[in-house]
Amino acid sequence: MVTYIVRRLVTAALILLGASFLVYLLTAASGDPLAEFRASSAPNKQQLMDSRSALLDLDTPAPVRYFKWLGGAAQCLVPFTGSCNLGKNIAGQPITDALGHALIQTLTLVTGAAVLAILVGITLGIITALRQYSTLDYGVTFMAFLFFSLPIFWVAVLLKEFGAIGFNNFLRNPEIPLPVSLGVAAVLGAVAVVVAGGDARRKASTGAIVFAAAAAVLIYFSVTQWFKTPGLGPVVIAIAGVGIAFAVTLLTAGLRNRKALQSALIAVGVGLVLYFVVQPLLDQATFLMVLLLAVAAVLVGMAIGYFMGGYDRGQSMRAAAITSFLVGFLIVLDRFMQAWPAYFNNSRVRGRPIATIGAGTPNIEGDFWILGLDSFTHLILPTTALILISLAGYTRFTRASMLEIMNMDYIRTARAKGLSERTVVMRHAFRNALIPVATIVAFDIGGLIGGAVITETVFSVRGMGFLFLDGIQHVDPNPVMGVFVCVAITAMAFNLIADLAYSALDPRVRVKA
Amino acid sequence: MAEEAGLRQEAAGIEPVSEARGLSQGQIVRKRFLGHSGAIVGLAVFAIIFVMAFTSVGYAGIPGWWKYTHEAVSPLVNDGTPTASLWPLAWGEHPFGQDRIGRDLFAMTMRGAQQSITIMVVIGLIAGLIGVVVGALSGYFRGWMEAVLMRLTDVIIIVPALLLAAVMAQLAGRRDEGSWFAAFASSNGVLALGIFLGFISWVGLARLMRGEFLTLREREFVDAARISGASNARIIFKHILPNAVGVLIVNVTLTMSAAILTETALSYLGVGVKSPDTSLGLLISQNQEAFATRPWLFWFPGLFIVLICLSINFIGDGLRDAFDPRQKKFNAKKARDAGATVPEATPVAALDSRADDGRTAGGDRGA
Repeated sequence: MVTYIVRRLVTAALILLGASFLVYLLTAASGDPLAEFRASSAPNKQQLMDSRSALLDLDTPAPVRYFKWLGGAAQCLVPFTGSCNLGKNIAGQPITDALGHALIQTLTLVTGAAVLAILVGITLGIITALRQYSTLDYGVTFMAFLFFSLPIFWVAVLLKEFGAIGFNNFLRNPEIPLPVSLGVAAVLGAVAVVVAGGDARRKASTGAIVFAAAAAVLIYFSVTQWFKTPGLGPVVIAIAGVGIAFAVTLLTAGLRNRKALQSALIAVGVGLVLYFVVQPLLDQATFLMVLLLAVAAVLVGMAIGYFMGGYDRGQSMRAAAITSFLVGFLIVLDRFMQAWPAYFNNSRVRGRPIATIGAGTPNIEGDFWILGLDSFTHLILPTTALILISLAGYTRFTRASMLEIMNMDYIRTARAKGLSERTVVMRHAFRNALIPVATIVAFDIGGLIGGAVITETVFSVRGMGFLFLDGIQHVDPNPVMGVFVCVAITAMAFNLIADLAYSALDPRVRVKA
Repeated sequence: MAEEAGLRQEAAGIEPVSEARGLSQGQIVRKRFLGHSGAIVGLAVFAIIFVMAFTSVGYAGIPGWWKYTHEAVSPLVNDGTPTASLWPLAWGEHPFGQDRIGRDLFAMTMRGAQQSITIMVVIGLIAGLIGVVVGALSGYFRGWMEAVLMRLTDVIIIVPALLLAAVMAQLAGRRDEGSWFAAFASSNGVLALGIFLGFISWVGLARLMRGEFLTLREREFVDAARISGASNARIIFKHILPNAVGVLIVNVTLTMSAAILTETALSYLGVGVKSPDTSLGLLISQNQEAFATRPWLFWFPGLFIVLICLSINFIGDGLRDAFDPRQKKFNAKKARDAGATVPEATPVAALDSRADDGRTAGGDRGA
């Protein structure tokens, strides 16, 4: 095992050396960094050219410059000395600083998108595999192919037009005309008919209920101008919480496990009481505090499950912990919604909240909630675009993996010994279907920080992709090398992690020592 | 492991013997592919686009039936709005509209579709060829050949395609220096781009082919061929490659559909096809600012990217189902019939009393 890892690391280091040499030479050969001055008619033309030549060290041949760069970069390997030198970019800024900023921007952009895409993709994949060849399966498959075929820059422009400009115009006077409400509700009802299982009668009743509920909610939104002053309030949190409690229990323990259901419901009750208790506390929220509250919510849930006991304590604890976490999320969501009018009328936002470019409103001031909303309104469109693009792969892959598992002999054995369908799916099939998905996920996470070049360009996020593209356009090797080294190292590290994870998750696979 | 699973599935009787009786592998694959409605629709849509793109504005100097070319400027008709209408069905003077200076969008879109299809085919051919050769050599001979070729693959995988495209665009742009590459690229920009993208997109294929060769070379029929005196070349081409052709074709198709998106993305970023020639990505890039005033300039090129890519993906899916021996059903209607008559084919219905539970549980989850 250790031999294997060491050998992989040594190979990776050699590949990195070779590839970085290649990238350096390619960047240097990709153009003339003095081109903008050659065409200019400035009187100090020669001086400008000389200063840039000196800055980029153009008198030295590119291969020699690479080894100079390598000498500086090698210092990064020595920990705790702080003498990391990746050179300077064409404007004279150290690359290490620029990389730090860009990395934060890119990570805030891609993290949420990746997590959501993985969660939704795996869920859809599992559901479509369980309902193979149903209308839902065909619908999701078609959507997956469609999303797979969409050019991201095209989606991005559409999102900007309809998601930002259109929605902002709508917010000016948030009234939904009655026919539109009914139409949207009808579409949702139709989706519900497709999603709902069972016989025709069950499908029809589900569709009708969803249609009526959606229409009522939309009309309510329109009448009360909900979009101007959104909020959930304790009543909605209570109803949603009970729904969450039932759903979580159904998935983790089965509704027949009454103790688990009671634990989850008690967690919802505690959450409702705490809703009123924490409101003053939330007014002075910081990121750390919200994080601690989330941890506390999970712990409280586990404690509830522990004291409820039952024949399987673990199941009750799990159900209650997940439920209380989700209810806590609803409470935080409600607090964000309470801050919405203040954000909406902020002098910097001026009633057009959804932004089309950038990662934040310049010079905005406010508390945690205002700043959080600001990030949200800037991230929602690029995140949506990234999710749409990457969702399809996860859905298809999980579906294929799940179908293969469901045909295995041990699934038949599990059914034959009388386990409930929930146990078969959640305990036996789901976990094993996730093994190949886990390696794909690790692989994709490795490619994430370099994979959003186009999204960053379209939405003007100054992340890694921007740095890279900017470096190429100015024929400036140092930023290109900085981004390349970061991206390559993460990609290789996660490749190794993916292989190790596979052998750790599936005992049949052994790494070659 | 995949192979074991495949054998097990076949042994479980999922593949009815009668379906394959007296048919060659090619016939089985063709029959299954033709039974895949999504793939057939994809093939039809792709054929229509292909014929339309290559006959309408002409190709390689041969004039087409459409009256405008992608470069010709004509007076604006009705401020350039599309003249095509569904009811009454009419084509009009400029069916997809015109851009700001009066170029016909239909001609430009068709030219862009030509470019995309050309690039796709070139990439498919080059990537397929290099991928097969590299994968076959490293998988069959192993040893130092595998080590060298796979390390080379690793290096190419991590060098960003965007950088290579930028370098190539730069080289192609240096017309004054008169190198053979610049001369070739300036006259056949899109062909050069396709060849170049082909040279970097074979890596995934090579890895897959190596995996196939690694498993197939250990099989008994390869041993038998070797004992009866077959040369290495004969074993590779006559014995192993035909068994790996399914994986190859499917993945070449998928590489091609990804290649279209790569080309449009590169053109969008300004390092792919350059004006005055046009491509679908370049059209979108040029016209995205005009979305509010001339939305059609944005809709039609995007629509064609999606249509081409979608049809190729569906064809690839159909091919995968047709080549994959583990696939038991691929036709909606057949599947429903089979599911109704052969209960053990669908494990969910294996125990009738449990089948309802399964559906209800799934339903609640879905809702």
